[in-house]
Amino acid sequence: MLSIKNLHASIDGKEILKGINLEIKVGEVHAIMGPNGSGKSTLAAVLAGRSEYDVTEGEIIYNGENLLELEAEDRAREGVFLAFQYPIEIPGVSNINFLKTAIGEIRAYKGLDPMKAKDFLMMLKEKQKLVEIDRALVSRSINEGFSGGEKKRNEIFQMAMLEPKLSILDETDSGLDIDALRIVANGVNKLKSKENATIIITHYQRLLDYIIPDFVHILHNGKIVKSGLKELALELEEKGYDFIKEEVEA
Amino acid sequence: MNEVIEEKISTEYKYGFVTDIDADNAPKGLNEDIIRFISAKKNEPKWMLVYRLEAFRHWLTMDEPDWAHVSYQKPDFQDIIYYSAPKPKKVLKSLDEVDPELLKTFQKLGISILEQERLSGVESRVAMDVIVDSVSVKTTFKETLAEKGIIFCSFGEAIQEHPELVKKYMSSVVPYTDNFYAALNSAVFTDGSFCYIPKGVRCPMELSTYFRIEAAGTGQFERTLIIADEDSYVSYLEGCTAPMRDENQLHAAVVELVAHKNAQIKYSTVQNWYPGDKEGKGGIFNFVTKRGICIEENSKISWTQVETGSAITWKYPSVILKGDNSIGEFYSVAITNNYQQADTGTKMIHIGKNTKSTIISKGISAGFSNNSYRGLVRIAKGAENARNFSQCDSLLMGDKCGAHTFPYIEIKNNTAVVEHEATTSKIGEDQLFYCKQRGIDNEKAIGLIVNGYCKDVLSQLPMEFAVEAQKLLEVSLEGSVG
Ligand SMILES: Nc1ncnc2c1ncn2[C@@H]1O[C@H](COP(=O)(O)OP(=O)(O)O)[C@@H](O)[C@H]1O
Ligand SMILES: [Mg+2]
Repeated sequence: MLSIKNLHASIDGKEILKGINLEIKVGEVHAIMGPNGSGKSTLAAVLAGRSEYDVTEGEIIYNGENLLELEAEDRAREGVFLAFQYPIEIPGVSNINFLKTAIGEIRAYKGLDPMKAKDFLMMLKEKQKLVEIDRALVSRSINEGFSGGEKKRNEIFQMAMLEPKLSILDETDSGLDIDALRIVANGVNKLKSKENATIIITHYQRLLDYIIPDFVHILHNGKIVKSGLKELALELEEKGYDFIKEEVEA
Repeated sequence: MNEVIEEKISTEYKYGFVTDIDADNAPKGLNEDIIRFISAKKNEPKWMLVYRLEAFRHWLTMDEPDWAHVSYQKPDFQDIIYYSAPKPKKVLKSLDEVDPELLKTFQKLGISILEQERLSGVESRVAMDVIVDSVSVKTTFKETLAEKGIIFCSFGEAIQEHPELVKKYMSSVVPYTDNFYAALNSAVFTDGSFCYIPKGVRCPMELSTYFRIEAAGTGQFERTLIIADEDSYVSYLEGCTAPMRDENQLHAAVVELVAHKNAQIKYSTVQNWYPGDKEGKGGIFNFVTKRGICIEENSKISWTQVETGSAITWKYPSVILKGDNSIGEFYSVAITNNYQQADTGTKMIHIGKNTKSTIISKGISAGFSNNSYRGLVRIAKGAENARNFSQCDSLLMGDKCGAHTFPYIEIKNNTAVVEHEATTSKIGEDQLFYCKQRGIDNEKAIGLIVNGYCKDVLSQLPMEFAVEAQKLLEVSLEGSVG
């Protein structure tokens, strides 16, 4: 589904990603771990098509297509979803209106008729239940006055509504208490299928107790320095990031 | 003084009338003959002509104001045709008989009369007085309104049919001495709308007028007068559209509102006249005087405006809060793009006790445009416990446009509480990217964000207008962010 080869990316002339290689197949869950500033969010932003970043080398093939040639909105329409580390607020725009617009645009892109209002409302109800989000939250303006945890939950709700093929969750676990973490993880697990794939970016292995990854990658200084199975996360937790640094620098 | 002028009129009329009264258009230019021509064309009583001439003579003594934050080539007032009659049309019984060309234009702008009628059934809730150029073409729903004693007709008709009301109220809120454009309008106005809601009547439908400017080079001088008698209510919608045109067109309207005891007037405008092209060529000059008076206690006047068109906008819908406990409101969205210039705002004049006013202004500037808010809150000496809240927000798109805020506050009574908040923000890359990441492209995203930004104002509009206004905001900002 996703093939990243020798990806280099920089911002304002400063190179952040320094040759990333990553292969993801449908149905898989990949965890990307790494210390602060290692480039995790940068990788997510480059995948999502944020234009401030320059890709200087390498390629990203997504479902047989050159992802780098697609505009951000077209990537989203093709099923790439990013749950932001810091979701922004859009005052005055209700979540419902936002999602209705988004779904309308995605469907139009695919040549589908607009969704009937009734069907949309049904879907809204169903997904609300799935990710256990408060109805009041859904009808409010996007993230306006939401707590950190509510914002994260809203990201997962949007993910549920948009039914992406490739979901990238950027530190969705940070700022969540244990109950919220469980709920969010539950939602992600329920949305997981044989037809989609998930990249979980996280700092701690905590989330991986709930969402079991197929692979774990450690990002350090813009490079994936170690890949392994889910046990790698535990090892990392135990020994800390310094151990990786030492290993890399040795 | 009146008698002297009247004398003069009757004598001059005989000799001085050089214009061919049968002509469809007045010749270009402005002089007393032209004013007589207009008055004669409209078959007006003498008192009306007297008023026009007084206004004209006063206008001659005035200078065009230049304090607004706009710059433009001053119009040549002698290069304007002040009267042009539409092609003779028979009286229309239904909208089917309306000129299909006109309907087409409406449709293009997404405000098809047919659709409005169909959507709201036969007993449409929207009564429209369509004005094409200077003469009313059609007035709908008059009978339904007449049953309730509501008068809703063209200004010209009101002069003929209800002279006592016109005499009593016209110029009582905006005297011709008020300002340059008001004086000009008073001298040469050709038509407009008149509305009277009798005591205790709640107008059952939104009253609506769509103004258009048709013939090239024709200035439009509309006049609107709305009177809400005791315990009455009316919601009035004004929509303006104009087709593309290369030549600058002057528009100087006067709108007067009078709210009596316990009466409420809600006046909503969506203005989308031709703003000129991307280089700033052409477009409408919109110099409007709008003012309402809450003349008795517990009355309320609300102005809601969505301003997206015109090359230059000079407009300050105001409320004089004379009656005790009266309320004035101003909700405004003004969008400027490309080379548009807008200087708009409001005046809230608190005279009565316990008077309250609210001002919510959202200015959005894009391209090379300039958008100014200018507002005055005046608390007179006797206005015990007056309250005002003002919120003026500016949103900038790009870095070539300007936003300016000029709040003036005059307080002569120390029991007053006046609050003013102002913010300036930029449309955020982060917000745009967030939308894009959900599959929403730039243009749509801007529409969404701007609509959200203006929600407090848009929510004041009647439903049928709100949707139209939202679409308009999106269209107006097309191509504003690369
Ligand atoms: N706009 C920017 N200009 C310069 N450096 C940046 C910019 N944005 C991020 N960086 C740098 O890129 C590096 C990686 O950041 P990020 O991808 O957010 O890391 P992570 O998500 O792994 O914590 C950091 O050193 C950060 O300071
Ligand atoms: Mg990060």
